Amino acid sequence: MLSTSLIILIPLLPLLTFVLIALVGRKYFPSLCGALGTIALLTAFILSITVAYDYFFVAGKVGDVYQQIIPFKMTWLQFSPNVSIDMGIILDPISVMMLVVVTLISLMVHFYSLGYMKGEERYATYYSFLGLFTFSMLGLVMSSNIFQIYIFWELVGVSSYLLIGYYFDKPSAVAASKKAFIVTRFADLGFLIGILILSFYAGTLDFQTLILRLTTQTDQLHTIVAASFLGCSALTWGLVLVFIGGAGKSAMFPLHIWLPDAMEGPTPVSALIHAATMVVAGVFLVARLFPIYAISCPPALDVVMWVGITSSFIAAVIACTQTDIKRVLAYSTMSQIGYMMFSLGVSRYGGENGLGYMASMFHLFTHAMFKALLFLGAGAVIHYVHSNEMKDMGGLRKLMPITHITFLVACLAIAGIPPFAGFFSKEEILQAAFNSNKVIFGIAILTAAITAFYMFRLYFNIFWSKDYHAHSDGHHEPHHGEAPGTMLIPLLILGVMSVCAGFIPFGKLVTSDGKFLPTEFHPTFSIAPVLLATLGILIAWSFYKTENSKPQKMANGLSGLYQGAYHKFYIDEIYLFITKKVIFNLIGRPAAWFDRNIVDGFMNLLATITGKISFIIKGLQSGKLQNYAAYFFAGVIGFVLIFIYMWT
Amino acid sequence: MNDIGLFHFLFVSCALFFIGVYGFLTRRNLITMLMSVELILNSVNINFIAFNKFLYADKLDGLFFTIFIITIAAAEASVAIAIIINLYRNHKTIDVEETDVMKF
Repeated sequence: MLSTSLIILIPLLPLLTFVLIALVGRKYFPSLCGALGTIALLTAFILSITVAYDYFFVAGKVGDVYQQIIPFKMTWLQFSPNVSIDMGIILDPISVMMLVVVTLISLMVHFYSLGYMKGEERYATYYSFLGLFTFSMLGLVMSSNIFQIYIFWELVGVSSYLLIGYYFDKPSAVAASKKAFIVTRFADLGFLIGILILSFYAGTLDFQTLILRLTTQTDQLHTIVAASFLGCSALTWGLVLVFIGGAGKSAMFPLHIWLPDAMEGPTPVSALIHAATMVVAGVFLVARLFPIYAISCPPALDVVMWVGITSSFIAAVIACTQTDIKRVLAYSTMSQIGYMMFSLGVSRYGGENGLGYMASMFHLFTHAMFKALLFLGAGAVIHYVHSNEMKDMGGLRKLMPITHITFLVACLAIAGIPPFAGFFSKEEILQAAFNSNKVIFGIAILTAAITAFYMFRLYFNIFWSKDYHAHSDGHHEPHHGEAPGTMLIPLLILGVMSVCAGFIPFGKLVTSDGKFLPTEFHPTFSIAPVLLATLGILIAWSFYKTENSKPQKMANGLSGLYQGAYHKFYIDEIYLFITKKVIFNLIGRPAAWFDRNIVDGFMNLLATITGKISFIIKGLQSGKLQNYAAYFFAGVIGFVLIFIYMWT
Repeated sequence: MNDIGLFHFLFVSCALFFIGVYGFLTRRNLITMLMSVELILNSVNINFIAFNKFLYADKLDGLFFTIFIITIAAAEASVAIAIIINLYRNHKTIDVEETDVMKF
């Protein structure tokens, strides 16, 4: 096993680059910061791969079960003899897998940004933020303590805020960063309450102890199940609240409204944070606490399942109508995360029933690869045409051959066409859904078809459709060839990953109980999803391969649905209505009135009384010596009279 | 009955004291006020001497106190006059009614 200090180095290297760049690099060697960050990440990535190899193939197994290993742990804050907040590192299949995903995608994004962000004014600041984010995300996945994960959870939130608002001179970017921060913060309130409920009853914040106490027949489990509030047990409440935190971060319906707006950030950031790593933190959180969900509280898992499938379906429908390519990708991210969520939801702990868990983690892994690739490809396209809108694109396949091929690979992967990565993970998910709930399976397979349709709508609109001609104003004539090499190499690497990642035997590596889960490949089962996906692609092909009027006719035919989806089902408007009209008027204004009149009024009254009294008595201090002397004599005489009265 | 007794002394000192107080409170001139303070101090001196003579004729405590008070009165007078002179230099007046700048 690797030495502890090397494992700690993995999150510390990005932190070091953050501190170094923010303190000195920005000022003294701004142009070297990109290379510095990339080299640090490369080292972290190599370390992660070594750790993963060691864990999965050398030291992780005892018997045939993967163990949780804690190479490092220190008490950070001791509350009582039993409860403390620790800072520690936990290595188990999901955290090691996430380690590889985060460092790989982050490395790709660092490398890609060398080209993409070149010449930006705040280039060094950008790299320092990337370092901060990578540190926080690595800390999050390796947390051994539920409070530690909460700390890192907020840290990724703040790095996401900083990076969405990177172009802070754009009002829309500022609004988007605020929106993302507030919405996720709102969800994190649920998470915090959930943590407090669980840790209060379990009497510990440590993951291992927490899971142990709440999954076996202990006193703690009996009390938390017995305590009930509004008809549900405290355990259900705790787990659902924790899931709300996860749903906020993972952009699950109805807390997803921040994700599409978050696309205001630089495109590599969207690839790193809003596609591959941070947004799957919610899935990771549910997976981390999975034994409690699955063994002690299946109803909470049903909530996860329904929220997941709803988000997945709604996002897929909305994605069909959007015209900003990054927004299409954002909704597709939301849809795919919905997939991972409901896959966890249909799963149970251990053995055959744990298929959904394995599939969810598998999909998380493959999705990180092809979605990062899609975003980086979209970044290259945006870099080329200087626009996010589909109408400004079209016919780029000859101008950007490498981007075209890798983008096509990613689209095929997300559509679930064999033998690309997405096919395998999606098959596992569908199989898990089929085994447990036919309704979910039906919606899921429909979503898969829609996914294929909108991804190829995107693909055809960018690369086929019509011949490319630059903006009408003319000064954006393509002045350069395809993107620079620093941008193309990550595309190629991720493209290769999108092809191969499906062949990784996840059943052997990442399962709910750490044991080997044999996965069988059912060719007959795969026929339906693949056919539906192909159908989706064919429809997209007939609609968008060349410019024609079919999409418009279709939109007119389904005008109600089309308009609804185009306006994202008015969810933003509903939120605005609730906050501005309902909350502001019913709670905000009365509270403001109370504050201004009652609280402030009381303080002002005190001040006024003091002022009035001093105004009245200030004449006593006249500055006239003889007045003072007269008071003095009067006082003496008064005392004398009192003494005489008391002594006689 | 023709002897001068303690009562006579006390009457004199009491009269002197209130004349001093009256003068201190009513005079406007600081020098006159200083003189009134001297009257008050001297009324105290008379008290000390009288009590010493009539109550403890064999002791000298009252006498000593009187001498102390005379000494201190002299020092006090010099300090007071110094203040008054400075006041005059700054304000061109020694009228106590007009030196009332130290107020609210």
